[in-house]
Amino acid sequence: MKAWITRERIAPEDVLRLVGDPGDGASVLFLGHVRDHNDGRPVTGLSYDAYAEMAGPLLAQIVAEAAETLGTHRIAAVHRIGDLDVGEVSVAIAVSSPHRAHAFEACRQVIDEIKRRLPVWKEEHYADGPARWLGQVPAGEDSGE
Amino acid sequence: MQSMRVHLLFFASYRDLAGTAEMELDVPDDATAATVVERLRARGGTLARLPASPVVAVNREYAALSTPLRAGDELAFLPPVAGG
Repeated sequence: MKAWITRERIAPEDVLRLVGDPGDGASVLFLGHVRDHNDGRPVTGLSYDAYAEMAGPLLAQIVAEAAETLGTHRIAAVHRIGDLDVGEVSVAIAVSSPHRAHAFEACRQVIDEIKRRLPVWKEEHYADGPARWLGQVPAGEDSGE
Repeated sequence: MQSMRVHLLFFASYRDLAGTAEMELDVPDDATAATVVERLRARGGTLARLPASPVVAVNREYAALSTPLRAGDELAFLPPVAGG
């Protein structure tokens, strides 16, 4: 198992190389990319911020949980932070296991838990206006009690 | 009542509200994370827009707002996450 946060460009083949075993009949590689649009607006890039001291250990925990659930310890996951251009890889997850079902499922569990729990935030940069943090404080949240 | 100092961290949109990534704050020694939230919101300015019940982490783990704080604790304010 391996899990880390990086500011460096992710090389998917290097992540894939961290898993695999002669007894494994399947490898699954998931890549998350920076998309050129969101909510109908043209996106030119993303800046990822993270609570790195918490995100590193938590990503390792997410990977360990998937390993426990799916019974394969050959899982590698990396999340990139910093400034990314459209098309660049923001997250890579590789899993290998004797049969494909467990590999697909472990991969799915890791990305779902990253989305749900990992303290990482993205700021979208637009072609048509100022950047904004996704998941911002909703308007009206400050209406007091 | 004695006071103690805690270390606050703000990320992403909350950092914009606070105007800073980190802050030291003196609070009563029976303070919880919720006490700090109330103090910050009462300061006015953009920090008043911090949600009444934000997600927080104490010493790098998700924690309830009712969590009692100790001197030197690291209390982080986490906007809705958006990784992947």
